Amino acid sequence: MAGSTPASATAETQALGRPAAPASLWADAWRRFKHHRLAYWSLWALGLLVLAVLLGPLVYKVGINDVDFKARLAPPSWQHPMGTDDLGRDLLARVLYGGRISLAVGMASMVVAIAVGVTIGAIAGMSRGWVDAFLMWITDLFLSMPQLPMLLVLIFFFRDGLKSLVGPEVGIFVLIVLVIGGFRWMPAARVVRAQFFSLREKEFVEAARALGASTQRQMVRHILPNSLGPVIVAATIDVAAAIILESTLSFLGLGFPPDIPTWGRLLFDAKDYLDIAMHWSLFPGLAIFITVLSISFVGDGLRDALDPRRVL
Amino acid sequence: MGNYLLRRLLIALPSLLGISLVLFTVLALAPGDPFEELATNPAVPPEVRLALRAQLGLDDPVWQRYLHWLSSMLQGNWGFSFVSRIDVDTLILQRLPVTIAIVGSAVILGLVVALPVGILAAVKPYSWFDRIASTLAFIGFSLPTFFIGLLFILLFSIELGWLPFVFRADLSETGWRWWIEQFKQSVMPVTVLGMAFAASWMRYVRSSVLDVVRLDYVATARSKGLSERVVILKHATRNALIPVVTLVALQLPQLFGGAIVTEQIFRIPGIGSLLIDAILRNDTPVIMAVTFVLSALVILFNLLADVLYGWLDPRISYR
Amino acid sequence: MALLEIKGLKTHFKTDDGWLHAVDGVDISIDRGETVGVVGESGCGKSVTAKTVMKLIDMPPGKIVAGQVLWKGRDLVPLPPEAMQKIRAKEISIIFQEPMTSLNPVYTVGEQIAESLRLHEGLSRREAMDRAVEMLKLVRIPTPERRVRDYPHQFSGGMRQRVMIAIALACKPQLVIADEPTTALDVTIQAQILDLLQRLKDEMGMAVMLITHAMGVVAEVAQRVVVMYAGKVVEEAPVKALFAHPRHPYTQGLIRSIPRIDLDAQHKVRLEAIPGTVPKLIEPAEGCRFAARCKHARAECRQATPPLREVAPGHRVACILDL
Repeated sequence: MAGSTPASATAETQALGRPAAPASLWADAWRRFKHHRLAYWSLWALGLLVLAVLLGPLVYKVGINDVDFKARLAPPSWQHPMGTDDLGRDLLARVLYGGRISLAVGMASMVVAIAVGVTIGAIAGMSRGWVDAFLMWITDLFLSMPQLPMLLVLIFFFRDGLKSLVGPEVGIFVLIVLVIGGFRWMPAARVVRAQFFSLREKEFVEAARALGASTQRQMVRHILPNSLGPVIVAATIDVAAAIILESTLSFLGLGFPPDIPTWGRLLFDAKDYLDIAMHWSLFPGLAIFITVLSISFVGDGLRDALDPRRVL
Repeated sequence: MGNYLLRRLLIALPSLLGISLVLFTVLALAPGDPFEELATNPAVPPEVRLALRAQLGLDDPVWQRYLHWLSSMLQGNWGFSFVSRIDVDTLILQRLPVTIAIVGSAVILGLVVALPVGILAAVKPYSWFDRIASTLAFIGFSLPTFFIGLLFILLFSIELGWLPFVFRADLSETGWRWWIEQFKQSVMPVTVLGMAFAASWMRYVRSSVLDVVRLDYVATARSKGLSERVVILKHATRNALIPVVTLVALQLPQLFGGAIVTEQIFRIPGIGSLLIDAILRNDTPVIMAVTFVLSALVILFNLLADVLYGWLDPRISYR
Repeated sequence: MALLEIKGLKTHFKTDDGWLHAVDGVDISIDRGETVGVVGESGCGKSVTAKTVMKLIDMPPGKIVAGQVLWKGRDLVPLPPEAMQKIRAKEISIIFQEPMTSLNPVYTVGEQIAESLRLHEGLSRREAMDRAVEMLKLVRIPTPERRVRDYPHQFSGGMRQRVMIAIALACKPQLVIADEPTTALDVTIQAQILDLLQRLKDEMGMAVMLITHAMGVVAEVAQRVVVMYAGKVVEEAPVKALFAHPRHPYTQGLIRSIPRIDLDAQHKVRLEAIPGTVPKLIEPAEGCRFAARCKHARAECRQATPPLREVAPGHRVACILDL
């Protein structure tokens, strides 16, 4: 970086000392990622979790709605590894099912957020003047809005409408995904726009332009891949945040319909039985915690791996 | 400096307008009649209903309704709550102080923890202190606030019986007993919120100080023979705080989200729980007013953050 | 007794690929009031040497592996931080290369000058500010009474370097280390700054260790020159002797690569460059480090590192050949 002397002289001389790496950028990134112990282990943990949630219900064939009053509020046992709720329903089955929903919501919201964010960021980055200013004003506007209250308000107003349109489960899924994604696109937009601004004047873009490539196409083709790194990091954060948001909404009673056992909903039901059935709150809560924690560590590892300036 | 403030104010106003527009659009687009409560509520006689419809201009064109609504919002005429049977502004003013007290204390607690821990972690990166602090920070912001809240209640109220888990705005004790009771009922919600803030802020402080400590002027400060403590605290931190202030301000909207959840768990009668209640009971005027107030608060705090930023960084005022 | 005597200094850095021998056995001595130029290309270890004297190297990953830094007979290497802090700015001070980033943006220049004064001379705020104004006057900054309350971003690059000089000289140190003070500045400003340094040196009588990669600068300002290459000193001589009769192939290459636009150039001599690049300094092998680029290199050169030997009074060279 021009203008900043590193505190040690290694930076310069190291450049001379290291042989040119023939391996690809991805291999280098992977190596840096593995350096981050917690991120590496979290990736495995996450993989296991996803596998459990996807394949679990196929292996563990206990119904999520099998009521059994005799086994109400039972603590964990061989028969019910996570115990049962107030209707005797097996919690492990419900937690596994809830996991699918939480992960689905997380991924889908992330896709929405990134798609919107990258598009807006690219448009802002490529245009000048009032289009850019307007889009930035919109970004700042969304950043200023109190997220949870707006989510709640939107769900409140549109829940019934969507329910009548596409059915309660799909309706609420679409609503939650759109609404969470709709409030998380801003960081990606900013990052992409910044990339465009910094690279716009660079020589290789000029060269492409000289070769006759149209402005839009050449910009997208050359600049977008450069912003991949920070966008990936932002995407992982989005998944984690979406999972937390969905469980918060369910916990407040404003998420999925009551019969769908998302992790947040399980906690909503469990909170009144805190003293007599501690296991009921503990397992879904731990599930959320471990999932989000792993995703956060993976995101941190990705940040280390993909940011070339980082001194490890 | 005055120039800078004026510019920031001029940007804040359209933002407020923008938010109000968004809010109103949501209201207008919502399918069904959000005011059907009026129709189904037997306590509201038909004449009053018709008068309210006329007053709210429900039959006017959209843009007219917006202007009308906006002007009443700005005048403080926030309508009447069907559910609580009092004016919305009274209701909000009743509940706002509690939320501000809890969120304010949590912010202070968060800063008190995040600043020293972040600075120490940055000064000795990758040391055991840094690793432990960073891991705790990750754990802190991966645990949803409602889960920590529930765990706290489980431990401190149910198992140990030390702290009450229902918040009362009207404590009967007086004098210093009041303060003790107040502390006992506030410590859990404030800690839950404060620790969540501290977890994410500590990472920001750490990365900001790490960035600054590498810069040339820190080396200059050391070359003057200043002690390491003075170099870090006087030279590095002052510069490192500048981006942290902006980041904390940008996170303000999330603060309110955290407050909503905390108020629900600990049954604190603040703005957050008011919003939830209003939603669950279809009390539209309250919903609109609370959201508007929260948005205005966020914009206000963003403005304050801009002012703080301008004061901290002398380069800003001269642009 | 010399004012500063660096003896056999070795500063190494731990990297992922091994230890980097940034400074690998350097001897430099500076007498009272002397200006010594230290020249060499980027990466030869001259800045690291300077920062090691001030103990401003980050100690992990850096480490002073061997050698002594004798300041008035006292070794600075084992000195604890508190003792070192008393010496910095008061007895030895340093001017850095990048004036645009070397000043703290949130404090006024007056405060930054006053800081050393208050620390080392115990002056009050008022007294220190007055002295700061004097220092600004000394470094020829116009309207110093007003400027003392301005922030760094309100000064140009050249002016900021003057402020840095003011800070460095505030406590009247006996040695000033100038680490490439003009490299980041425009050519015309360079001349002004060098002129200023020279004048201040004459007025205040301090010794100067001028680090640069520009031979021209050294020729003008220095009394003795030390040439460094790949972490070692390869030649050392009084300035006239060095330019008249450089003995080390590297020095010869450096001098020959200075573009000349005076009469001699009418002969259209080809601008000579030194072929090759600086060797890797990570766990370097034995042997002369310049051998790979030297046209006179022989088998013996690659076997053992040549020591510095005296070829004329005050003129030492690290080469086994007589060139």
